[in-house]
Amino acid sequence: MSEMRHPIESGCPDGFQYMHPVMRRNYGLWEYHEHPRPGVLRHVARSGDEIWTVKAGTQRILDLYSLRKLTEIGDKLGDGYVRFTLRSNIEYMVEDEAKVQPIIDALEEAGFVVGGTANSISTLSHTQGWLHCDIPGTDASGVVKAMMDELIDEFKSHNMPNRVHITTSCCQINCGGQGDIAINVQHTKPPKINHDLVANVCERPSVVARCPVAAIRPAMVNGKPSLEVDEKKCICCGACFPPCPPMQINDAEHSKLAIWVGGNHSNARSKPSFQKLVAAGVPNNPPRWPEATAIVKQILAAYKDDAKDWERINDWIDRIGWPRFFEKTGLPFTKFHIDNWRGARNSLNASTHIRF
Amino acid sequence: MAKTIHDTPMLDELEKGPWPSFISGFKRLRDEHPDERINAMAGDLLGQLEHSYETRKGYWKGGTVSVFGYGGGIIPRFSEVAAAFPESKEFHTLRVQPPAGNFYTTDMLNQLADSWEKHGSGLVTFHGQTGNIMFIGTTTENTQHFFDEINEYGWDLGGAGPCVRTAMSCVGAARCEQSCANENAIQRHLVNTFTDDVHRPALPYKFKFKVSGCPNDCVNSIERSDFAVIGTWADDMKVNQDAVKEFIEKKGRSYVIDNVITRCPTNAISLKDDDTIEVDNPNCVRCMHCLNVMPKALGPGDDKGVTVLIGGKRTLKIGDLMGTFIVPFMRLNTAEDYERIVEIASESIDFFAENALEHERTGEMIERIGLVNFLEGIGIDVDPNMVNSPRQSSYVRMDGWDEEAEKWFQRKLEEKAAG
Repeated sequence: MSEMRHPIESGCPDGFQYMHPVMRRNYGLWEYHEHPRPGVLRHVARSGDEIWTVKAGTQRILDLYSLRKLTEIGDKLGDGYVRFTLRSNIEYMVEDEAKVQPIIDALEEAGFVVGGTANSISTLSHTQGWLHCDIPGTDASGVVKAMMDELIDEFKSHNMPNRVHITTSCCQINCGGQGDIAINVQHTKPPKINHDLVANVCERPSVVARCPVAAIRPAMVNGKPSLEVDEKKCICCGACFPPCPPMQINDAEHSKLAIWVGGNHSNARSKPSFQKLVAAGVPNNPPRWPEATAIVKQILAAYKDDAKDWERINDWIDRIGWPRFFEKTGLPFTKFHIDNWRGARNSLNASTHIRF
Repeated sequence: MAKTIHDTPMLDELEKGPWPSFISGFKRLRDEHPDERINAMAGDLLGQLEHSYETRKGYWKGGTVSVFGYGGGIIPRFSEVAAAFPESKEFHTLRVQPPAGNFYTTDMLNQLADSWEKHGSGLVTFHGQTGNIMFIGTTTENTQHFFDEINEYGWDLGGAGPCVRTAMSCVGAARCEQSCANENAIQRHLVNTFTDDVHRPALPYKFKFKVSGCPNDCVNSIERSDFAVIGTWADDMKVNQDAVKEFIEKKGRSYVIDNVITRCPTNAISLKDDDTIEVDNPNCVRCMHCLNVMPKALGPGDDKGVTVLIGGKRTLKIGDLMGTFIVPFMRLNTAEDYERIVEIASESIDFFAENALEHERTGEMIERIGLVNFLEGIGIDVDPNMVNSPRQSSYVRMDGWDEEAEKWFQRKLEEKAAG
């Protein structure tokens, strides 16, 4: 066997080598920006230099043909400099405004979607799902494709009160993160255990330790060391499944979707806020998840109709109150909306502040 | 290496509609690519994915795959239904660290595409949720070949498992007037100090850095990283009164009252009778709202620096946590300043390595032991900015109150002497 090559531990590369020269030259010296039209940004530096950005949504899981189409547009019509946003939109940076329209035309001609700036609904951020994850309850790319097909007009325009970030997560670890609206897997039944495999596959003490509610304990089953779950205590979170695959949590029928709103990481106006549960029991229904999309659209319609300019979904609900949120969206309020996890008391209304 | 075209009636539905279809992309790789290896891999991948759609289950399991010299950076995936879909039975992902701000030249993207075409499935994502470039789908053998090739021209693997993870920054000072930081320098100083901890997982659990240039926090660092660095400023915000007047002329006075003045969380901004704006800077909390609405008229000050927050994370296991701040403001102007922030990170990681339980994140550890124990462990003084309010319950032992009060007065004297 030939000698193995030792890695060069270079870590995170220097971004300046890939940055547009105008951006390199004006690094830290920008003056202001404008939104000339949806999908286009104009940044002006103190030096008077300008950089124009064209932003487009893609399928995120890019095949080489799509990637090369994107680079070809940047080579032929742009300045050869791009970046990707947190939500996997591509951005082309050019010095000359005259290059903006040809890039937009070429992107749209190739099937990409120009938009996603300012108070639009940006691309859903998502996880790997059935395509690549080892513990997924649903798909991710498919959910996003199905939902963006329906929300595309709001991606291409600036008609929402403020920006809307939507996320999906394919298990309850919630790698997709928070969003103004989040569509996440919610399991509803305890794991089904294959006791023949547990002893060989799972490190039992660490599985016991992983459970957030101490519902798992070691047990002998059919003469073999295994684990058992106190099903009354179990919250069906699925945390035991990654370290112990024989504790199957995913179920074609009982793994549902839940919808959460009001997650906002920005410090603008109020402090960052966590998303809150608004709907559950939503069928995990591939290939197009119509029930989830319908609820998301219901929430968006109420928000668009009622929120003031610059209110994110959490700001809007803070102003109108939760009772009116449920009234306006038509979603049911149930006993499951009242928190009983740690710190739950802080979520109760200890006042007479009630809207009539 | 025979290509199989599986029936995919459910996935075919995802080729309809106006948004770009990833399924159409997979089919192009299966049907049009000149390399039979890629055709076969895409064919069986489509088959397995359709099987998942039909049965509503995932069929990938993990394993142990790495490149020579490293212990992490690869997400191994072996198919549990390899008999039916053999050509994609090994389908590992390589996590590769992007530059801060995710900048690329089209030439570099083409070069990466060429390498991936030689060794991988032809599927790639910019980027995963932690921030890595995800090269999705290759065999154990080709994992090494692809890494060897791209490592030669400047790309390194990111983290996977219980280790320091790939970091992420917003577009920042490269294009944004609101940035108060050099995100590129901060990200590289931090994450590249811990390269060994990125490549050789040996921590209790993951540890993530994220850098945002301003409190808008476009990379969601407060909730999505263990160590969040966020740009801010200490002097007065900039007001361009001519641009204020121009804005009022265009949008109207009531728009400014309704969308700027009354939205300030600390009532620190007022509109004067002559259409100028006055800011109560000592009471401004740098939330960014008014700057967002009027970017031409209002801007951050000149005395820039960063705030550091620690302990953000997602649900597992005690519930979501926002990071809480441990450094209210530090300037990053000199090499010594950068050494200091690296030192704080280093102390935090060392303390985490020694004190966290297995699979416990930094925020959970702090929840368990209390913030004060963590601060004492890394040598940072308490600060009233760290709390929303002081303690509510009287059930606490306060041995040593006088000494602690004396420390506070001493610190205040030193700060005064330092000017």
